[in-house]
Amino acid sequence: MPNVISTDICIVGAGPVGLFAVFEAGLLKLRCHVVDALPQPGGQLSEIYPKKPIYDIPGFPEILAGDLVTNLIKQIEPFHPTFTLGERVERFAKLDDGSFQLYTTDGTEIQCKAVAIAGGLGSFEPRKPAVENLEQFEGGKGVHYMVRDPEHFRDQKIVIAGGGDSALDWTNFLANVAADVTLVHRGTTFRGAADSAEKVKTLAEAGKIKLVLSSNVTHLHGNGKLAQVTITGNDGTAETVPLDHFIPLFGLTPKLGPIGEWGLELTDDAIVVDTLDYSTSLPGVFAIGDINTYPGKLKLILCGFHEAALMCQGAFKYIYPDKKYTLKYTTVNGVPTL
Amino acid sequence: MEEDIRIYVEEAPGQRREIIAPTDMGLSLMEVLKASGYDIMATCGGMALCATCHVEVLAGPALFEPNDDELDMLETLPVIHPGSRLSCQIRLTPQTDGLVVRLAPTGA
Ligand SMILES: Cc1cc2nc3c(=O)[nH]c(=O)nc-3n(C[C@H](O)[C@H](O)[C@H](O)COP(=O)(O)OP(=O)(O)OC[C@H]3O[C@@H](n4cnc5c(N)ncnc54)[C@H](O)[C@@H]3O)c2cc1C
Ligand code: FES
Repeated sequence: MPNVISTDICIVGAGPVGLFAVFEAGLLKLRCHVVDALPQPGGQLSEIYPKKPIYDIPGFPEILAGDLVTNLIKQIEPFHPTFTLGERVERFAKLDDGSFQLYTTDGTEIQCKAVAIAGGLGSFEPRKPAVENLEQFEGGKGVHYMVRDPEHFRDQKIVIAGGGDSALDWTNFLANVAADVTLVHRGTTFRGAADSAEKVKTLAEAGKIKLVLSSNVTHLHGNGKLAQVTITGNDGTAETVPLDHFIPLFGLTPKLGPIGEWGLELTDDAIVVDTLDYSTSLPGVFAIGDINTYPGKLKLILCGFHEAALMCQGAFKYIYPDKKYTLKYTTVNGVPTL
Repeated sequence: MEEDIRIYVEEAPGQRREIIAPTDMGLSLMEVLKASGYDIMATCGGMALCATCHVEVLAGPALFEPNDDELDMLETLPVIHPGSRLSCQIRLTPQTDGLVVRLAPTGA
């Protein structure tokens, strides 16, 4: 059974701008469902710079990117937005009645009255190692670029590749879940957070995990499902080991992705919008934040917030062409709930 | 200007494009490459946080050693080369005259 969700506005992208759009929509009593390809909300702030201070958010002389995301999530709680995380929106269709249907990579279907694309620089896609037949084992056949549900690996034999924080953190975590964990790293040392690197070393010394340094996973083998990998050392020696899952963790990088194929007018990988209400070339579809472009566009969080407010006015008019809206300050009645 | 230097970008084997760059503006190699029309995302704007400005230094003057932030970021990449650097961390000075680089494929 496909998972079907019904809402007023489907927001593509859970970056700061997509999150704040939930608030602005909520003030107009519009419900939102938010989809993001990443397993956590926050977009660039969570994925690239959670620990960096931001200095140009009005009212906050200084705030850590990660804290801003936490605050945004708290701020939109009264509106009970729903989320689909870890799934990318692949395609969408406009129906005869002016409503929309969106479909994700994992078969989730979202029915909505308007679409707000807040896709930032695109969806974050994994950096893939140079292994020839990697793609052959994607999509549930043994290769994973993210750990969405650690339980998936319970009592399984896994090989993790990478030398950064996420490779170290997941090695430590999965050591207690999987039957057998091997960490392959092309370097000789780990530069990631000292305590997680130390923990990996301790686990390896205790024989709880296997650590293979100065090596790369170079070949995948299996018939329809991953069965073995070849690990080749920088000195040329190769070893083939059996496994159930291969998890290369080399960070993520944003790519425009499917948004570029939705038939919307684009300039330089950004969606052209009308600054009246940030509507795109397709009525009922809006674009806000880093993903849009217009004369004078600045890719700033501040500007995205403003765009979200005006976009919601446009979406309201699109959904209820006959209703009149009068602006109410949040100070008058507090934040309404949905 | 006297302070201008030459940088070479190897676009294909044996094919190098010369770029004249000023050194009095505190520019990084990433900024100059971007301004010269190369498709570099530089998502993080030069904070050594995204590695989308990854280049391979092929020849030229000896550069200063990468700092910890740069090494940390390079460490996360699936493929690096002996000359791998983050171009946003290379400040252009008269000492960097004659640098030869190759851009890493996008997304790598
Ligand atoms: C290092 C760094 C420092 C910065 N400093 C500042 C600063 O000081 N001040 C400031 O104002 N701005 C700063 N910025 C810019 C700021 O982060 C962006 O303007 C902001 O993140 C844009 O928010 P957004 O919601 O539009 O997009 P993003 O934050 O990029 O979020 C977009 C989300 O959409 C998702 N997505 C895309 N396509 C799909 C799809 N098809 N299906 C599902 N999900 C999808 C992505 O996975 C992503 O999570 C900085 C950026 C970086 C990288
Ligand atoms: S621009 Fe992001 S690391 Fe250089």
